[in-house]
Amino acid sequence: MTEPSLAPPPNQSPEQAPDQAMAAPRNQWRDVWDQFKTHKGAFLGMIVFGLFIVAVLIGPFIWSIDPTYIDIRARNQGPTFAHPLGTDQLGRDMLARMMAGGKVSIAVGITAMALSLLLGTLIGVLAGYFKRLDGPLMRLTDLFLALPLLPLLLVMVMLFREALAARYGPETGVFILIVVAIGITSWMQTARIVRGDVLALKEREFVLAARSIGTPSRRMITRHILPNVLSPVMVSATLGIANAIITESALSFLGLGFPPDFPTWGRLLFDAVDYLQQYPSRVMWPGLAISATVLSVNYIGDGLRDALDPRIRGR
Amino acid sequence: MLDATPPLRLVEVRNLKMHFPIFSGLLRRRSGEVKAVDDVSFDIYEGETLGLVGESGCGKSTCGRAVLRLYDITEGSIRIGGTEIGDAGYTTLRAMRPTMQMVFQDPQASLNPRMTVARIIGEPLDEHTSLSKAEKLDAIYDLMDAVGLNRNFANRYPHEFSGGQRQRIGIARALALNPKFIVCDEPIAALDVSIQAQVVNLLEDLQRRLGLTYLFISHDLSMVRHIADRVAVMYLGKIVELAPRDALYASPKHPYTEALLSAVPEPDPNLESARDRILLEGDVPSPSNPPAGCNFCTRCPKVMAVCKEHEPITREVAPGQFVACHLYDEEISEIAGKTAAHEADQSIQQGE
Repeated sequence: MTEPSLAPPPNQSPEQAPDQAMAAPRNQWRDVWDQFKTHKGAFLGMIVFGLFIVAVLIGPFIWSIDPTYIDIRARNQGPTFAHPLGTDQLGRDMLARMMAGGKVSIAVGITAMALSLLLGTLIGVLAGYFKRLDGPLMRLTDLFLALPLLPLLLVMVMLFREALAARYGPETGVFILIVVAIGITSWMQTARIVRGDVLALKEREFVLAARSIGTPSRRMITRHILPNVLSPVMVSATLGIANAIITESALSFLGLGFPPDFPTWGRLLFDAVDYLQQYPSRVMWPGLAISATVLSVNYIGDGLRDALDPRIRGR
Repeated sequence: MLDATPPLRLVEVRNLKMHFPIFSGLLRRRSGEVKAVDDVSFDIYEGETLGLVGESGCGKSTCGRAVLRLYDITEGSIRIGGTEIGDAGYTTLRAMRPTMQMVFQDPQASLNPRMTVARIIGEPLDEHTSLSKAEKLDAIYDLMDAVGLNRNFANRYPHEFSGGQRQRIGIARALALNPKFIVCDEPIAALDVSIQAQVVNLLEDLQRRLGLTYLFISHDLSMVRHIADRVAVMYLGKIVELAPRDALYASPKHPYTEALLSAVPEPDPNLESARDRILLEGDVPSPSNPPAGCNFCTRCPKVMAVCKEHEPITREVAPGQFVACHLYDEEISEIAGKTAAHEADQSIQQGE
């Protein structure tokens, strides 16, 4: 492209449609979507993740066996037409348990990730952008990093389980507890990454240019800082979902999470570990579901990060 | 511009100091400061271009940014259009922003890579006007026309442009609010020569059409000669010479200005080989630890004893030509005793 002269001709390249000049600025999200579609892995990941969501939300209405119904005579069965994924040691239908467990696991994963992301980004941006807050906030982050996770969770569960269960019912109470517990113990990495990026971005000339326009700090952050720290945030978000699902399973295993008869993918996995030798398929299904979810979310994050970067877009 | 018709002073800078603290040691104690801009005073008249030249690291850019109050200045007074902004708070500054804008050195770094051209140019309009979406788009298209950008580029991102086009985007953004005063911080340093000419011509053309006032920061002496009406030469945070362009280029007074001008290559090879250049010895001293007396005394070819003891006073040696050098003291010995007294009127003398 040559430099246009001082008085540009109304239409520089004749092959371009003349109405393009007058077209309103396109919606940015359309560009993002167009680019996202071209990322094969991300598109596939989205389909897989979408299928999982549909399966755990709509599946129980079609496959209407109660996941907690015990049929002791049909225990430890392999795949049959009555039980496509077999039954567990108490004769409960594995498919129904997988769907019920998936709903909880995915919900915990997404909510806990959102919470930790929100906290991490907020603290990272504040620490990076406002010099006065940097010291206190980063020392707070160090403090959280130094806290031993498991004893902290134990104390939290001990202190708040009863109160929350009484207030919101046993399942919702535990759900809130677990989400909060995972959220507030996993935001530190995000905060550190975001702070580092913000510190670098703050010195860039376009931030100075915005300051010379008089943009106030809050809009400086939302308009110039946040879009440019999106990539690392996106990466830690997608890894965060996986972490949250796995932490939840660990908590359930330790008896700190949901009640033992309440299915989650982590719970199913740990229940099945005892029977690993006899019935390996029972470990395989929840394991596969967790891996597939994590992988598809990672791919979605990857594609989204590429699509949100205008420099990569359109290649 | 000197005496005939006293033009309006749009920008008055008095004793501007911008010192950056240095923290060191285990407890991050304040151990000193970088005197990036140290006691600088000048005026810019309405509609003129003041060129600010000097070598790398002498504080030109810091000076330009401090004048727009992009930094919290250490000391001094800045008046733009009669309003004092040296110690103004955020609200006053924000109200003043539309009248003073800046064009940045690196057109790549000064544009947010995640915003389209339309959003970049529209940002000042978003901040300071309440135009409807359609009016804003019209204004953006007008600005793009004004700087010679094809309207079709409105939806593109900065990385899709060449350096010259990016600089045009930066200029359009600076023009969006109809400013009176624009600081051009080496707007052409990152461009290649053919594009430099285009951008400088664009800046001149806009100045003619819109009556803009520029503070044109550059290290390119020939470009400054082309665009500036008056030229200020900076060395180590201080203005050593301030003069009308022709006077400065015809008869530089300060030894540093002479050295700087002698470094400009001469196109005629015969003249070039016959010319004797003034070569300066050594490096620029650290701005955190400037020498006693005249800042230039460590490298000055005409250094005298007094230079190492007393800071020179800025004095008018020819109409409109101000120099801070002991060579132009009438009685050097007498001045030495009077230094303190003269420092008081330094601000009044300079830039008048």
